[in-house]
Amino acid sequence: MAVTEQDVRHVAQLARLGIDAAELPRLVSELNGILEHMDVLRQVALDALDASDADAGSAGIPLAMGMPLRPDGTPPIPLLHPRESFAPAMRDGFFLVPRLATHGTVGTSASDDLSTEDGE
Amino acid sequence: MSYHTVTYAWERFDLVRAGADGLNAFVSVDRDGSRTEADRIMQAQHLGPLAGVPVAIKDNIATLTLPTTCASRMLAGYISPFEATAVQRLRLAGAVVIGKTNMDEFAMGSSTENSAYGPTRNPIDSSRVPGGSSGGSAAAVAAGVVAIALGSETGGSVRQPAAFCGVVGIKPTYGRVSRHGLVAYASSLDNIGVFGTSVHHAALGLQTIAGHDPLDATSAHRAVPRMIPEPSDASYPLRGIVVGRPAEYFPPSLDPRIRHHCDRALDQLRALGAEVRDVSLPNTDLAIPVYYIIAPAEASSNLARFDGVRYGRRARGEGLREMYERTRAEGFGAEVTRRILLGTYVLSAGYYDAYYRRAQAVRQRITQDFANVFTDGVHVLFTPTAPTTAFKLGGHADPYEMYLSDIFTVTANLAGIPAMSQPIGRVEGLPVGGQLMAAHFDEVIMLRVAGALERRLGAEAHQ
Amino acid sequence: MSTAVRDAARATKWELVIGLEVHCQLKTRSKIFCGCATSFGEAPNRNTCPVCLGLPGALPVLNAHAVELATRTSLALGCTVHPISVFARKNYFYPDLPKGYQISQFDRPLATNGTIVIGANDDGSPRQIRVHRVHMEEDAGKSVHDRFPNVSAIDLNRAGTPLVEIVSEPDLRSGADAGIYLRRMKQILECIEVSDANMEEGSLRVDVNISIRPRGTEPLGTKTEVKNLNSFSAVERAVELEFARQCDLLDAGGTVEQQTLLYDDKRNQVRPARSKEGSHDYRYFPEPDLPSLVLDPAWIEAQRIALPELPDARRARFAASFALPVHDIEQLTTSTPLAERFESLARASGNARRAANWLLGPVLASVNASGITLDDHPVGIDRLAALIRLDAEGAVSNTAARQLFLLMEQDSGTPLEIARREGLLQVSDDSALIGWIDEVLAECPAEAARFFAGEKKLQGVLVGHVMKKSKGAADPRKVNQLLGARAG
Repeated sequence: MAVTEQDVRHVAQLARLGIDAAELPRLVSELNGILEHMDVLRQVALDALDASDADAGSAGIPLAMGMPLRPDGTPPIPLLHPRESFAPAMRDGFFLVPRLATHGTVGTSASDDLSTEDGE
Repeated sequence: MSYHTVTYAWERFDLVRAGADGLNAFVSVDRDGSRTEADRIMQAQHLGPLAGVPVAIKDNIATLTLPTTCASRMLAGYISPFEATAVQRLRLAGAVVIGKTNMDEFAMGSSTENSAYGPTRNPIDSSRVPGGSSGGSAAAVAAGVVAIALGSETGGSVRQPAAFCGVVGIKPTYGRVSRHGLVAYASSLDNIGVFGTSVHHAALGLQTIAGHDPLDATSAHRAVPRMIPEPSDASYPLRGIVVGRPAEYFPPSLDPRIRHHCDRALDQLRALGAEVRDVSLPNTDLAIPVYYIIAPAEASSNLARFDGVRYGRRARGEGLREMYERTRAEGFGAEVTRRILLGTYVLSAGYYDAYYRRAQAVRQRITQDFANVFTDGVHVLFTPTAPTTAFKLGGHADPYEMYLSDIFTVTANLAGIPAMSQPIGRVEGLPVGGQLMAAHFDEVIMLRVAGALERRLGAEAHQ
Repeated sequence: MSTAVRDAARATKWELVIGLEVHCQLKTRSKIFCGCATSFGEAPNRNTCPVCLGLPGALPVLNAHAVELATRTSLALGCTVHPISVFARKNYFYPDLPKGYQISQFDRPLATNGTIVIGANDDGSPRQIRVHRVHMEEDAGKSVHDRFPNVSAIDLNRAGTPLVEIVSEPDLRSGADAGIYLRRMKQILECIEVSDANMEEGSLRVDVNISIRPRGTEPLGTKTEVKNLNSFSAVERAVELEFARQCDLLDAGGTVEQQTLLYDDKRNQVRPARSKEGSHDYRYFPEPDLPSLVLDPAWIEAQRIALPELPDARRARFAASFALPVHDIEQLTTSTPLAERFESLARASGNARRAANWLLGPVLASVNASGITLDDHPVGIDRLAALIRLDAEGAVSNTAARQLFLLMEQDSGTPLEIARREGLLQVSDDSALIGWIDEVLAECPAEAARFFAGEKKLQGVLVGHVMKKSKGAADPRKVNQLLGARAG
């Protein structure tokens, strides 16, 4: 299962990592070099029990007990420095980002659309 | 037990040149603030157990006044608006944070060379790496600037630098110390760990920061026993203790000089009354592949939040997508980029089952290997901490070769068990670490064995 | 071809298959994974903390009440609630998604296999729409694109609001089906008090999956997803539009492309969303910051027992207990306060039919016009029951009873007191009635003459005059009797 330049480009897009085309061959060979060592796992015979364990285990966290819950209304962790102190761009309390390409014109708002992910 | 003061820490800091002009162990320091804080604490009515004790904190653990940058351009100058639980507990005990320590960017690395601030040097031999990723904290302790420092572990990032620098490093049981405020690399493997000049110091640090925290859902709801070992004058203080020697950690290829030091330590454990038993952890050779699937997978998701929107670096870009891609390309270094790509790949459609799901299943087997040994009556396992001593700066050019330096340490992270490294000798002047591992939440017995061995070895630990 | 003929032709040839994904905000005080308030209308980003801002080092901790409300929802929808469920990360980049992933549930959801009944089949059996799964997740923030030039503004107050996603099986067959399913779901969610369930306000959000297949065939066609729906009627309209669009495409020899469409309410159109569909790869994996959610089966059972009477059960009980038209029962059970009020009123007045008519008529009209709640309405159950009894006994006329109701909204007296004072009690005393009849016959000699000459249809006109003269107080039955007797 060798990684191709196409794979690396695709994965870099998913991860929003801008990558120079010139770097692709090096990355492809590094990733293949690493993944080659992972192939040993594919030779391990896994029974059904193993598979279901892997699903159930919340990423295999070795805790005997289930999830602790927080009472509703527990106060939030306070912010001891204001948002403005760490935000790259803020105005009137909003975080600002470059206008999404899908919303080029003033007057459109997809504010309630849960699924506008990958807006571009 | 006495501790040196903040004033002494700064004298030592300047003497060994712990800052950027020398070891480069620290990435930010608070000289004036820490002195004022020490004065304030020492004048207080009630002195905490660490009153006035200078401590250093790895730069991926949130502090309120010093920046928390994870040694990344992405977070240059970022000051967290909240404090990590572990830091809060140290300060409540009276400790004074003197600075943040260098590390591999976002804790990804085994040499502290992958830092936006440049590499940290090993105080024992400045041509060599201190190990990583918590190399700055290990170096700060080894250089005598502080007696206690916090690091973090995902695959050995406390134990391996502890071994390379000749100090004690503890990775507690997963869930023993809150991760609240630890910038996540791989959440199911991450732990805050402690460095100390001695078993006592490291254990004291751990004792201070351990315990349940409602702000971390993976923090264990368990009482914290007294973990600091009491020196015993009994002739056989380890009588009744069974020490397992897992064959897989002593492969034929193991450096014979490291093997020699391990054998010597095992002899001392026998001399202390312990029974040494040969055991097997058959899935050990799968640990590195499993680790380098799970850790990058979780990392690729954990590091998605660094997007230039709410904090940290933001690059200019035409449109949102370009802003994201430039911010992340400029903000992350080569190793972080590599692991994000790898992690995204193994989680992506069509590969999840082959890599991630399989890795989780094998992880269960590795965990089960340990459980089998410990239920069979073994109290602790003894192994070398790392397959080599500290290597030269730039010595590991191939990423996978670097990954192999975690070969003896990643298993404890995968299984979530407590483990530690302590000095057991030197090879050509370079420290060798011996590793102890115990069953979940059995730090008490691990530290008891470590304390007895440290006492027994005495000066031999550094010879 | 006329529109009607074309619609009929489509419906004969193609079968519409609909599945709904409903996101419902749960009514907790604080967010699902942090202590921030869920209140609306705060200044932007005021309700945010390290956790919901996704700051480095912050960790999620699950809100117990969110679990309780999600469990209650699942049980009310007839689902099996699983003792172990697992949170997962859904990874994607969007500026209103602070961590770069949404914490949701994926292959081990909280609950599966429920049903919502949306009426009856032809054979009278209940028509059940299967609920595939119910899972918990966190809401995203809001991106505001029209506030500042050239930039989008991000407000994360909503980020981390607890949601349940309720996914149906593709069992719905028309826009009307979808509408009924949603209204039934809303009734249930309101009945168990887990959500405001208001589409207009965004506490209920609906995505519709639509495909068509030749009638009588099994395999599902390629589906499209319609989003941006802000009312139940918008869902109904969008479904029919998309049905027509897909039919026309296939009838013209084309194919349906799997895509996301946005409904434009103003233009009543569906248009493709501009986002690239198909390029999504959410890279789900178990959320390592949260252990499995483990629920004690005994606790789940206790939650089930604690559920209030659900709308379906209530409808069945009303149908068995009260001789009321189906339509009335339907209306009376749209909300718990209304149903409970009806039951009290029926009991207090001893007359279910009249209680239903009064509630669904004047009372609801008054409540809707004034904007006050049923509970705060000035005509309480006791006085309304008294009024119903006066009406039923014939002590006041229907007309007078309506007038009396309006007076009672302003006056706290008993209906009898007010009727007396206002002269609204029916007069059935012969002498008074005869007096008014005599006066009317004298004042309208022409009509009187024709009436007595045998023109019976004039009786109604004359009764009307008498009623007017009595200001509505005369008992019309009695007046009719007396007039009829005079005419011989």
